[in-house]
Amino acid sequence: MDTRVAKKKLGLKDRYAAMTRGLGWETTYQPMDKVFPYDKYEGIKIHNWDQWQDPFRLTMDAYWKYQGEKEKKLYAVIEAFAQNNGQLGVSDARYVNALKLFIQGVTPLEYYAHRGFAHVGRQFTGEGARVAAQMQSIDELRHYQTETHAISHYNKYFNGMHHSNHWFDRVWYLSVPKSFFEDAITGGPFEFLVAVSFSFEYVLTNLLFVPFMSGAAHNGDMSTVTFGFSAQSDESRHMTLGIECIKFLLEQDPANVPIVQGWIDKWFWRGYRLLTLVAMMQDYMLPKRVMSWKEAWEMYAEDNGGALFKDLARYGIREPKGWKDACEGKDHISHQAWNTFYNYSAAAPFHTWVPTDEEMDWLSQKYPTTFDKLYRPRLEFYREQQKAGKRFYNKTLPMLCNTCQIPMVFTEPGDATKIGYRESDWRGNKHHFCSDHCKEIFDNEPEKFSQSWLPVHQIYQGQCFEPGTDPTAEGFDPLLAVLKYYQLDVGRDNFDFEGSQDQKNFAAWRGDAPQGEQQ
Amino acid sequence: MSVVALERYDIPARDVRENFPAPLLYIGWDDHLMFCAPFCLPLPPDTPFGALAAAVLPGIYGEHPDFAKIDWSKVQWLKSGKPWTPDPAKSLADNGLVHKDVIRFRTPGLTGIEGSCS
Repeated sequence: MDTRVAKKKLGLKDRYAAMTRGLGWETTYQPMDKVFPYDKYEGIKIHNWDQWQDPFRLTMDAYWKYQGEKEKKLYAVIEAFAQNNGQLGVSDARYVNALKLFIQGVTPLEYYAHRGFAHVGRQFTGEGARVAAQMQSIDELRHYQTETHAISHYNKYFNGMHHSNHWFDRVWYLSVPKSFFEDAITGGPFEFLVAVSFSFEYVLTNLLFVPFMSGAAHNGDMSTVTFGFSAQSDESRHMTLGIECIKFLLEQDPANVPIVQGWIDKWFWRGYRLLTLVAMMQDYMLPKRVMSWKEAWEMYAEDNGGALFKDLARYGIREPKGWKDACEGKDHISHQAWNTFYNYSAAAPFHTWVPTDEEMDWLSQKYPTTFDKLYRPRLEFYREQQKAGKRFYNKTLPMLCNTCQIPMVFTEPGDATKIGYRESDWRGNKHHFCSDHCKEIFDNEPEKFSQSWLPVHQIYQGQCFEPGTDPTAEGFDPLLAVLKYYQLDVGRDNFDFEGSQDQKNFAAWRGDAPQGEQQ
Repeated sequence: MSVVALERYDIPARDVRENFPAPLLYIGWDDHLMFCAPFCLPLPPDTPFGALAAAVLPGIYGEHPDFAKIDWSKVQWLKSGKPWTPDPAKSLADNGLVHKDVIRFRTPGLTGIEGSCS
């Protein structure tokens, strides 16, 4: 009888090779191009997929073990938070509106990212890239789930979270994140990686995660903070994938450079416009502020991003076309966005309010050249109106940008008193944009963006009413009909924070006098 | 330029005129950004242009303290950003307005709340 010899355990390097590169094969029954139809049509040339570097060298078996342990810890914290009524420890019930924005507008993007990376993981022919994309796909699905679980506790106590998935596909401002990601996942796999892994995850993600997670920490929301810690190691892997994929594409063939540059121009601007929502959250929705949007932009975009594009110059890549306009916008976009939601607070499932005097002083200190001159007067006017019982609600539907789908609220570079208007004619139809860069994105792909599902236009086409609604009936109220279609609980989910059920409940639970009565 | 696609990519535009009961008109009031964005309104093409100032705009801009101070004889109109002189007696269509046109008006001397262009 032969003596059984224990098999030698593979070293880390060999194991990585066997568990990633060893998993691919050349097809023989069918041509490779038929099995992988998506990896050439964008014009990107890859000569050698083996040059793809995967610095983390994570294999699927290790991935499961590691993520499982992390999640056990996360769910222990979420459970403890629930048992200790952690929702009572947040700074102020106004803070919860930042979480509403997160569960409505950010969490569904995790799910879209999961789908996008699953597609990319299927369609690339390089094994290293496929495995990295598959892991990220699972990460994104986990984030979608863990965010939902972390925030679901708040849903028991506060309005504005109960139909977040339903809202994502219908409510006007949520078409901004939705159309962003639908644009990305309907691009080719290389465009998706440049859009999401590089332009969003690598260049801009700190501007999304840091404000929300440090905002949560400053405002006593340990549940969300713990989610943030749990996701952090995944995020650093995603950022590494973003920078690796860019370098790989640029090194493979000089003909890739102009294609990649075009995508960077497009997706930097799209990501920047999307982050308008974060800017607003940071400057207006956190009762205890962390840093201003302007400061965050300077630190994470101008300093870090500036260095990045200097580094990429050796490949022939320059900073994105919209860079200078985005830098100028740091003084304005948070104020313009908050005004938008203050205007349309009747039609949005979260609350808005006029900042307190103390908060306005903070804003004028952080925005010395713009806040007092341009933005404070209207807020003080709103406050007077509200005190007189005439809280301003804008009831007429706004004009939207055809590309970013944000109402046309952004002002001209160099003149913050004038709305920026741009337009294009295409096949006998007019299309309108908020900026040169949104116009250029349309002009490059008019076939795609002429299909935009613009909420305002959809309402006017009659697509946003419940079945059986008769818009010709006497006393028909289109706004109420749309809110019904949204499944928004009118009077609880919407309107001003002052006088809201959230405000009253929170004060009662904490035993405080309602804030309105303290003033 | 054109979209890069695997197959023929020819999908009808979503917002053509036929899809709406009335053509859309976008209207903005310069220097009054309390209203965060220009408005989008479906307006029958036979609406007289003069009805905008008399019947449409008061409903959407009337809450602004400057609105009552507007001298409509001095208002300057722009169409697609260029100076434009509409005839108030003629209809929107006869003034050359088509689906998804954008017009703006300027009210000289009125610069919003405390001169902030709000």
